[in-house]
Amino acid sequence: MDFGLSAELLARFQFAFTISFHFIFPAFSIGTASYIAVLNALWLWTRDETYLRLFEYWKTIFAVTFGMGVVSGIVMSYQFGTNWSVFSDRAGAVIGPLMAYEVLTAFFLEAGFLGVALFGRRRVGDGLHMVAVAAVAIGTLISATWITSANSWMHTPAGFSIDADGRFIPEDWWQIIFNPSFPYRMTHTILAAFLTTAFAVGAVGAWHLLKDRSSRPARIMFSMAMWMAALVTPVQIFVGDMHGLNTLEYQPAKIAAMEGHWETHKDGAPLILFGIPNERSESTDYAIEIPKLGSFILKHDWNAEIKGLKEWPVGDRPPMLIPFYAFRIMVGIGFAMLGLGLWSLWARWRGRLYDSPMLHRAALVMGPSGFVAVLAGWFTTEVGRQPFTVYGLMRTSESISPVPAAAVGASLTAFVIVYFIVFGAGVYYLFRLMAQAPVTTDSHELDRAPMRAAGITPGPAQSDHDPSSGKEG
Amino acid sequence: MEFDLPMIWAGIIAFAVIAYVVMDGFDLGIGILFPFFPERHDRDLMTNSIAPVWDGNETWLVMGGGGLMAAFPVVYATVLPALYFPIVLMLLALIFRGVAFEFRWRSRNRSAWWDAGFWIGSTIAAAMQGFALGALVQGLEIRDGSFAGGTFDWLSPFSLLTAAAVVTGYALLGATWIVLKTNGDIQDRARRVALPAGVALFALIGLVSLWSPFINPLYFERWFSWPSMIFSGLVPALLAGCGWALWQGLRKGRHLQPFLAALGVFMLCFAGLGISFFPYIVPGSLTIRESAAPDASLAFMLAGAAVMIPVILAYTSYSYWVFRGKMDPEEGYH
Ligand code: HDD
Ligand code: HEM
Ligand code: HEM
Repeated sequence: MDFGLSAELLARFQFAFTISFHFIFPAFSIGTASYIAVLNALWLWTRDETYLRLFEYWKTIFAVTFGMGVVSGIVMSYQFGTNWSVFSDRAGAVIGPLMAYEVLTAFFLEAGFLGVALFGRRRVGDGLHMVAVAAVAIGTLISATWITSANSWMHTPAGFSIDADGRFIPEDWWQIIFNPSFPYRMTHTILAAFLTTAFAVGAVGAWHLLKDRSSRPARIMFSMAMWMAALVTPVQIFVGDMHGLNTLEYQPAKIAAMEGHWETHKDGAPLILFGIPNERSESTDYAIEIPKLGSFILKHDWNAEIKGLKEWPVGDRPPMLIPFYAFRIMVGIGFAMLGLGLWSLWARWRGRLYDSPMLHRAALVMGPSGFVAVLAGWFTTEVGRQPFTVYGLMRTSESISPVPAAAVGASLTAFVIVYFIVFGAGVYYLFRLMAQAPVTTDSHELDRAPMRAAGITPGPAQSDHDPSSGKEG
Repeated sequence: MEFDLPMIWAGIIAFAVIAYVVMDGFDLGIGILFPFFPERHDRDLMTNSIAPVWDGNETWLVMGGGGLMAAFPVVYATVLPALYFPIVLMLLALIFRGVAFEFRWRSRNRSAWWDAGFWIGSTIAAAMQGFALGALVQGLEIRDGSFAGGTFDWLSPFSLLTAAAVVTGYALLGATWIVLKTNGDIQDRARRVALPAGVALFALIGLVSLWSPFINPLYFERWFSWPSMIFSGLVPALLAGCGWALWQGLRKGRHLQPFLAALGVFMLCFAGLGISFFPYIVPGSLTIRESAAPDASLAFMLAGAAVMIPVILAYTSYSYWVFRGKMDPEEGYH
């Protein structure tokens, strides 16, 4: 089952496929973990039942997402050995400890407190339960920090030497962890996760507002999400810009690919808004461009020189097509998010945040935008790093395992089938959970059981307070 | 102070592996036993008894794998390609069983499918771990620090036997866990499953032990030469003790004893493996010392591990403590 492709290409497809699926879940669970921690804190602080209902509502969604994040993540941690064994052997002494720290400081923390956070409120009391919820949220952030550090090191390696066998030997852990692109990539990725969640929450809120404008939980969700959209998107755009400057310094070939430049522009590069990169003729066809703006954005100088891809030998160039388009998708979504954020501020100022169906419809449409932007961003970054796994030092073609193409192809096929079935079902359940209206209850009802009788959680038992069920989630 | 870093890390990874085997062992065992408990109500009780802890249990698998990559990169880079299919199949199986915890509650009418996924996923994951173990005991073909054998080298009569042993062993752990966590009818049935599982496990352990000394002269020497014979005599004696405790515990209706005895069996088998392997990680090919990462990596990680592992053990115990005691079928599990 090698489809006539090389083991290298198949291994790359497999990595790209499994990591893309994996990252969809963390992008959402990092944000929701923090979101439910905030909701729980608000409930403890205000004792307003609506926050508790919202916590229960999003907790269930979080649990389903988190479960899928865990199982798809375990696949990732073994794939370095199964498909990229030479990479693991040569870079393991540097990358491995970062991931080991991720396990020690983050994964155990998340997993250890997950049970208490999901099922333990009544067993441990409100205070310790809050600690557990916060521990899970902090765990996801620590995890994101270590893994983006490991990934950043592959883009901008630092603090190592190379021994006679070609292995990377750690010399300075501080430089390894805080490698040049890490601060930007970590900030940009964590903000991306928050934005992804904000827009998903906003869409759920908008959906329920469209059905029932008076629903208080829907209003709270929507309002919280729109604050995030309005406040965090500008920060994200700023950080993205800084990230680009950093990339220009360390990976100029990637910038050339993202910007669509083949030729070096000595006195001011244009900003290509759109075009069709053509690898064969080595030109970007039908380009719509604004003169000199490219240099201004990247170097804050209208006339600065920007290198084109032709500066690099063909064997060292990243492919242009994917970084070029993926980058435009991400940036386009970034500005669309900004637009929605500003619109919501306007509506809020006019006092019409909860009664403007147009805004709600727009928010609904923007619901999945974070996921798309996140994947587009990673595709820009990772494909732009090609043809290297450790930038400039170790090639992708040198990194693969001595496993026959047929075996890689067979496992790829199996992954594709299983992922579509399992995660397809999971996403369907997520949609169904989100389609349920988050209903408020008065406080007495909460102490009375069963909750299902109140018509809040149709379907199989799902409530923390439902004694007739075996479990909740 | 001088530390023998490779040995310390071999110890930490061995600890992660045994922690994984006993903890995920009982929750995989619950899945393996699903066909014996067809009632929806029983299955709810069984999955609820592990729902709060399974993720933590599985994290030890990530710790074992990640630790291996970091501390013994060569081993990680040779063993995983050699065990390509067992690993991939195990990962796929773990996906099915991992999502089943949530999905069986979310689906209105397909929960039977996710129950089947839970059962099959648990069984395949356990079997693949057994195949991997068997293949490792038989030895891998390694040349110039990378795997040079065939894609299906891991499949052999011997690894089939170890796979059966691991599945049976996990089933026993699962059954004794149910005995520990429940009362009444379901507990009785778990006891009735545990007895034959225990007998079968001991038979399989016996077969594996008799066979393995003949696979590799190294093992033979280890087990039948002086002074290591002290240990090789001790391990079977202790195993017999555990077997007796298991038998008595089940016959007398004890709640905790069977589970502890089953854990003891696993620990002793693991110790037996350690005796056979040491000082190798991959028998006959890679020793602990020669495959270790540079000290700079090991020392850096040890600083974190020395602080974090006790902390992890503390909050893991706390989590088990919060959810201690019998499952109450009326109250449900919160
Ligand atoms: C920026 C964030 C991020 C990125 C880039 C990655 N992950 Fe991830 N991962 C998480 C953020 C995360 C998380 C938020 O911590 C998860 C998601 C859901 C969860 O349970 O934890 C997680 C879960 C998770 C797990 C399961 C942990 C457990 O048992 O609880 C493993 C083994 C990995 N990941 C491994 C990887 C590997 C090897 C990656 C790269 C190739 C990777 N992750 C990329
Ligand atoms: C979660 C977000 C991530 C996404 C969406 C992502 C995406 C991708 C994609 C699309 C490729 C394939 C590139 C190609 O073949 O042209 C790739 C390759 C790769 N990525 Fe990432 N990546 C992510 C995170 C990471 C992290 C955190 C690491 C390491 C710690 C990593 C390590 C690698 C490696 C080793 C490859 C090698 C295969 C190759 O270069 O083709 N990635 N990734
Ligand atoms: C319009 C403003 C934005 C700009 C200028 C921008 C800039 C960038 C740049 C230059 C990179 C590539 C980094 C590299 O070279 O390695 C990148 C990557 C990425 N972007 Fe953006 N971005 C923007 C908006 C967004 C939005 C809205 C999201 C998601 C919600 C997002 C998510 C990501 C992710 C996940 C990555 C990959 C990880 C990384 O390298 O940081 N970006 N972004």
